[in-house]
Amino acid sequence: MAVKKIRILIAKPGLDGHDRGAKYVARALKDAGYEVIYTGIRQTPEAIVKTAIQEDVDFIGLSLLSGAHKELFPRVVELLKDNGAEDITVMGGGIIPGEDIPFLKDKGIQAVFTPGTPIQAVIDFIESRP
Amino acid sequence: MDLVQGVLESRPRAIARAISLVEDEDPEREPLIDALFPHTGRARVWGVTGSSGVGKSTLVDRLIARERRAGGRVAVVCVDPSSPFSGGALLGDRLRMQEHAADPEVFIRSMASRGHLGGVSQATGDAVRVLDAASYDTILVETIGVGQAEIEVVELSDLVLLILMPGLGDEIQVMKAGIMEIGDLFVVNKSDLDGADRLKSEIDYVLGLKNHDPGEENNPVLLVSARRDEGIDELVQASCAWQERLRACGALQERRRKRLEGELRRIFSRKLHALLEVKIELSQKLAAWSQALAAGKATPYALINEELKTFLKERGNP
Amino acid sequence: MAEYKKIEQRKKLWEANVLGKVLARFPETRQSFATGSALPLERVYFPEPCDEDHYLENLGFPGEYPFTRGVQPTMYRGRLWTMRQYAGFGTAEESNQRYKFLLEQGQTGLSIAFDLPTQIGYDSDDPLAEGEVGKVGVAIDTLKDMEILFAGIPLDKVSTSMTINAPAAILLAMYIALADKQGVPRDKLQGTIQNDILKEYIARGTYIFPPAPSMRLIHNIFAYCSTEVPNWNTISISGYHIREAGSTAVQEVAFTLADGIEYVRSAIQVGLKVDEFAGRLSFFFNAHNDLFEEVAKFRAARRIWARVMKEKFQARKPASQMLRFHTQTGGSTLTAQQPDNNVVRVTLQALAAVLGGTQSLHTNSREEALALPAEDSVRIALRTQQVIAYESGVTGTVDPLAGSYFVEALTDRVEAEVWAYLDKIEELGGMVRAIEKGYVQKEIQDAAYRTQRQIEAGEQVVVGVNRFTVSEPPPQNLLRVDPALREVQVKKLAEVRKNRNAGRLGETLAALKEGARSPEANLMPLILDCVRAYASLGEICGLLRSEFGEHRETVIL
Repeated sequence: MAVKKIRILIAKPGLDGHDRGAKYVARALKDAGYEVIYTGIRQTPEAIVKTAIQEDVDFIGLSLLSGAHKELFPRVVELLKDNGAEDITVMGGGIIPGEDIPFLKDKGIQAVFTPGTPIQAVIDFIESRP
Repeated sequence: MDLVQGVLESRPRAIARAISLVEDEDPEREPLIDALFPHTGRARVWGVTGSSGVGKSTLVDRLIARERRAGGRVAVVCVDPSSPFSGGALLGDRLRMQEHAADPEVFIRSMASRGHLGGVSQATGDAVRVLDAASYDTILVETIGVGQAEIEVVELSDLVLLILMPGLGDEIQVMKAGIMEIGDLFVVNKSDLDGADRLKSEIDYVLGLKNHDPGEENNPVLLVSARRDEGIDELVQASCAWQERLRACGALQERRRKRLEGELRRIFSRKLHALLEVKIELSQKLAAWSQALAAGKATPYALINEELKTFLKERGNP
Repeated sequence: MAEYKKIEQRKKLWEANVLGKVLARFPETRQSFATGSALPLERVYFPEPCDEDHYLENLGFPGEYPFTRGVQPTMYRGRLWTMRQYAGFGTAEESNQRYKFLLEQGQTGLSIAFDLPTQIGYDSDDPLAEGEVGKVGVAIDTLKDMEILFAGIPLDKVSTSMTINAPAAILLAMYIALADKQGVPRDKLQGTIQNDILKEYIARGTYIFPPAPSMRLIHNIFAYCSTEVPNWNTISISGYHIREAGSTAVQEVAFTLADGIEYVRSAIQVGLKVDEFAGRLSFFFNAHNDLFEEVAKFRAARRIWARVMKEKFQARKPASQMLRFHTQTGGSTLTAQQPDNNVVRVTLQALAAVLGGTQSLHTNSREEALALPAEDSVRIALRTQQVIAYESGVTGTVDPLAGSYFVEALTDRVEAEVWAYLDKIEELGGMVRAIEKGYVQKEIQDAAYRTQRQIEAGEQVVVGVNRFTVSEPPPQNLLRVDPALREVQVKKLAEVRKNRNAGRLGETLAALKEGARSPEANLMPLILDCVRAYASLGEICGLLRSEFGEHRETVIL
C-alpha cells in the first residue's frame, strides 16, 4: 500500500540564472524523501503555475536572486488563484531583504527562506502544513 | 469537483488529481478507472526508453513539437527512479520540454517509480488511461531503460522507441538479446557524433540475424539529432507507419489484449494477496514462523504447505 | 630526486621527541586537515631539494615565461592593481552618478553592471523584463542610454570593463559609437568586455544563442578589435562564476583554462593567428576564503596558461603567453547575518588576490547577501583595497610568498590537479562537448552539494551562521531600485523610437540579417551601423535570435 508522497516544484522565475541554491534545495529535499520536480531557470509565472497544476504539487519553491521577487512571487500566487489552485503553498528563497518579507507574506507567499537558512527549516515548514 | 467529469472535459486540475489518486494507490482510484475505462483506447501510446544521457527528453520535446504542428494534443509521462534510501525523487525530465509548459494542448506529468522494481508501474498504466480518457491523441511515456522497466514499458505501449547513442559502448549492448526484443523502432540519437553510422549498421546487422523470415520487414533503425532537430520528421513518419503496420496485421490489438491480460492478472494477484493477508493475519504469523525456523523447529515449505492446507480445510476445500 | 638527508633524519627525531609528546597530551582537533577545496594539508612543510634548473623552469622571473611569479617585472612597485568596483543599477542617470562618485573616491577603472534584460537581449518594455528592469545593473536599451551612462566621463581617460556576454558585440558597438561621437580615437580606448559565453552555459545562465553562433560572434569581435580597437581586451575568460556556483579552486582554474583553450583553438580554426589576438585575452577569477590556496591557485594558473599557449598553440609573443586577470572577492562567502563581518572576509580575500598578483580587483560590499550596496558600504569596500595598497606593505616586493615551502607545494599540487582535468576534458572532445555532456556542470554541482552538506552539518564553520550567532534585527537602509523606473525607461525608449530615422534603421537591420546568414561576414561593423541608427538592443538581439536560434539549458541533476 503506497504512502502519499509530498510533491514539490522548485522553479526559478524571471531571468536570473544563478541556480546553485535551487539545485541544492531540490537535491536536499529529495534526500529528505519528497518528490521534487525541478524546472530550471527562466520560467515565466504562467509556466510555473501550469506546471504546478499538472504535477499536482503540494508546494512551490521559488528561488530568485535578482531583486524581482516583489513582482514575480505575488504574480505566481495570483495565477494560482486564477486557476483554482490556491491550495498550493508557495514558498520563496534567495536574495530577499528582511523588510520585504511582510509584503510577500501579505501577498500569499507563506514562507521566505533567506541566505544561511539550514535546509531543516524548509523541511520543518513543509512538515508543519496539513 | 467531479473528477471523472473533469478528466473527460480535459481540465488540467482534474487530470492531475486523478493521476495523483492512482499514484497514491488510493482506493478511490478503482471507481475512477472503471468510470474512465469506456473512454479509453483512442490514444496511441508510444514508449520512449534508453539509457540515461542518450537524449530521450530532448527527443520527446521535439516529438511534442511535431505533434502540435500536426494539430494533435499530446501528453507525456516521464518516469524516474525514486531513491531507494530516502524514498524521494528528483524529477527533471520535463525541464527539457518546458517550452511547451504554457501550451494548453500539452500535458506533462513526472512520476517517480516509488519502489516499483521496474519503475514503470501499475500507476503509470492507469495514468496513461486517465490521459487517454482526457482526449490526448498521443501519449508518450519516457522511462530509463534498465532491465525490468524496459519490459514494462513495452507492455504499456503500442510502440516502443528505443533510443541509443554512439560512444556508450552500445555496440556491445546491442548484442544483448533483451534489447533487440524491446524496441519497435531503434533510434540512434546524437547522429552528429562519431560512431553513429557504425552503430546503426551494427543494429541493422543484429536485426537481420533476428528476423529469419526473408519476407519479414526489419524494424526501422533511424539516425536523428534531437538537439539539432534533424531526422525527427522521418522518425515520426516511420513510427506512424509501423503502428499502422501493427494494426493492420492485428499485432496491435493482440498487444493491447495481452496488456489487459497482464494487468488483470496483476490486479487479481494483488487483491488476492491482500485478502489472504488479512484472512490469515499473515503479518503477525510471519514473526512466529521465522522464529520457529530459526530454532530448527520447522522447515520452510512444510510449514507453509501445512498452513495453506489448514486454511483451505477451513473453507471446506479438500 | 635528491633528499635532504639531514633534515629527514632530524625530522624523525622531532616527530618522536617533540611532536609525539605533545600529541599524546593534546591531540589535534581533527583527523586530517585540508584546504577549502579539500586538498590535503601537511602539518608542517619542509624545504624540498631544489636545483637551479628546477627554479628557472618552474618559477623563473616575474614578467618572463612561465610567469609564475607575476606578469610584470615590477608589479605593484611600478603600478598598483586597478581598483575597479563593479557598479550599476536603475537608470543610466543614476549609474552615471555612482560612477562619478567612485572615480572621485579614487577608483581607477569603471566596471559596468547591466540588468538582466540587457544581459539577455531584451528591451525594458519586453514582457519578459517584468520586475527585472534596473535591478541587478543598469538598463541599456539604445545608444542614447549609453550616452547618458558616460555623460561627463571622457572615454580616453578611463578604462571600462563591461560585464556583458551574449550581447557583448552590441554593447561594445555602442561604446565605440560613443567614442566616435566624443572624438576619441579608437586606439585610445581601453577596457574589457566579459564576452565569455562558455561559462554562461556552465554556471551563469545569461546565454541567448546556441554555442556555434555565439562562438562566431566572439571570433568576429577578436578579429575586428585586433585592427580597429587594438588596446581593448576582447574577452574576460571567467572562473569567478564557476567558483560561485560551488566549484573547488582546482575546478575554477581547470574549467576557466579549458574555456580559454576552446576559445583559442576555435579562433585559430577560423583563420585567426594566435599572436594577433591572444595578447588581448584576459581572465577573471574569484578570491575565496582559503588565503594560501587562493595564492597558489593564481600562481598555478599563470604557469599552466603560459605552458598551454607556448606548447599547445605555439604562441611566440610573451603577451600571448601571459595570463592577466581581474579578481572579485567571492560573493557567495558573504553572509546575511552580522553583515559587518563581511568587511573582514573581503579584506582577507582581497589580500589573497594581491598576494596572488592580480591586475585589477573588485571588493564586495558588506550587504552583498541582501541587496546592492549603498554608497557608504561601497566606500568601505574601496577603502579596503586602499588600505592594503598603501598601509599593509605587501606591495613593496614582487610575489612575496614565493619560496614558502607551503605555498610552492600547494602551487604544484593545484597545477597537477588542474592538468588532470584538462586531460580529461580533451578526452571528452574539448570544452563545448564536455559542457554538452554535462560533465562540467556535474563536477561543480557535486562539489557544491558536498560543501553545503558540510556547512549544514557544522563541519565547516561559517561565523555568524552556524556558530557565533546572535539574534539581530533586520538591516535597515538597504538600497532599493524604484520599480517605477521601468515606466521611466519604457517612456525613454518610446521617445528614441519616435525620433530615429525609420528608413535608416530598416537598412541597417536588413544588412545585419544578411550578414548573419553569411558565415564569412564579420558582424561588428554591421552591428555598429545598427546602434548608430538607434536600433534597440532587443531589436538587434531579436533579429539574431530568429537567425541563430536560442540555447536551451542542459541540466544534469
